[in-house]
Amino acid sequence: MSLNDQQIERYSRHIILEEVGGAGQEKLLNSKVLIVGAGGLGAPAALYLAAAGVGTIGLIDADNVDLTNLQRQVIHHTADVGTPKVQSAQNKIQQINPDVKVNTYKAWAKADNIAEIVRQYDFVIDGTDNFPAKFLVNDACVFEKVPLSHAGILRFDGQLITILPGESACYRCIFNSPPPANAVPSCSQAGVLGVLAGVVGSLQATEAIKHFLGLGDLLTNTLLTYNALNMQFRKVSLNKNPNCPICGDSPTITELIDEEQQVCNIKDCKC
Amino acid sequence: MKLTINGEEKQFENQMTVSQLLTVEQVKMPDMVSVEYNGQILKRPDFDTTNLKDDDKIEFLYFMGGGR
Repeated sequence: MSLNDQQIERYSRHIILEEVGGAGQEKLLNSKVLIVGAGGLGAPAALYLAAAGVGTIGLIDADNVDLTNLQRQVIHHTADVGTPKVQSAQNKIQQINPDVKVNTYKAWAKADNIAEIVRQYDFVIDGTDNFPAKFLVNDACVFEKVPLSHAGILRFDGQLITILPGESACYRCIFNSPPPANAVPSCSQAGVLGVLAGVVGSLQATEAIKHFLGLGDLLTNTLLTYNALNMQFRKVSLNKNPNCPICGDSPTITELIDEEQQVCNIKDCKC
Repeated sequence: MKLTINGEEKQFENQMTVSQLLTVEQVKMPDMVSVEYNGQILKRPDFDTTNLKDDDKIEFLYFMGGGR
């Protein structure tokens, strides 16, 4: 594939970067990213990846747009309330950049569907909002050997790590299994600063683009934490964990499982 | 004893285990914390048996489940 005149103009600010150039832009156009969850993290990631000319974007989400989403899920507009999130997001992506092919999956990521979707992509962005889904996406990416940007946000804090399966620490290397019930507040119960999702989702998109272009240092074996109140970013160095239940020396997880959702009711929550 | 906790150096008078440090540092929800001890993630049962020593580096890593 070579770039046409319109594409040369559209992507000129990329192409002018020595580190990207026409060849790099073509790589992006040939790349496929799967975004699991078209919400707070997925929205900014999808918008920037679309603008950047990532050629194929897959979106998984079973939900419809809700008024409470609009405080942070910037890919959805007021008029979209009630419509499927994947459809709303697809419309915006195509308005931003008709070069992008969008695949939509109006479903929740589950053990019986995620692997076959993940394996069709070159990079996965975890934009899910619960631990079972985060562990499932990690496990599917480890099994299918597809690079992943994992992220989590809550209140004024966010964190992310990039996982190259088999090469660098995975989510289970750090967090063995989902935390117990009644210990876990979710965003809907604990709240989240809307723009925090924008910051962290944009960082995930940055990692995807760097991965495709082979540029710089990925957040592999590194958890980047961000606190919006003190504006502190911190990198925590990690190693692959030999005791990891999925990518360690003697794995105990050999197939995908749907972990139980463990989210407390705020009234009996210890938090 | 000098410990580096999440990048900050702190002095402690008494010997203690990782579990005791979680209490001293007033970590409200220990179930929500993974502990990296000198570069390695500790197994949860080892929190009670790992005795901290001078110059140890500890990272408290928190579960964060939000995203949508």
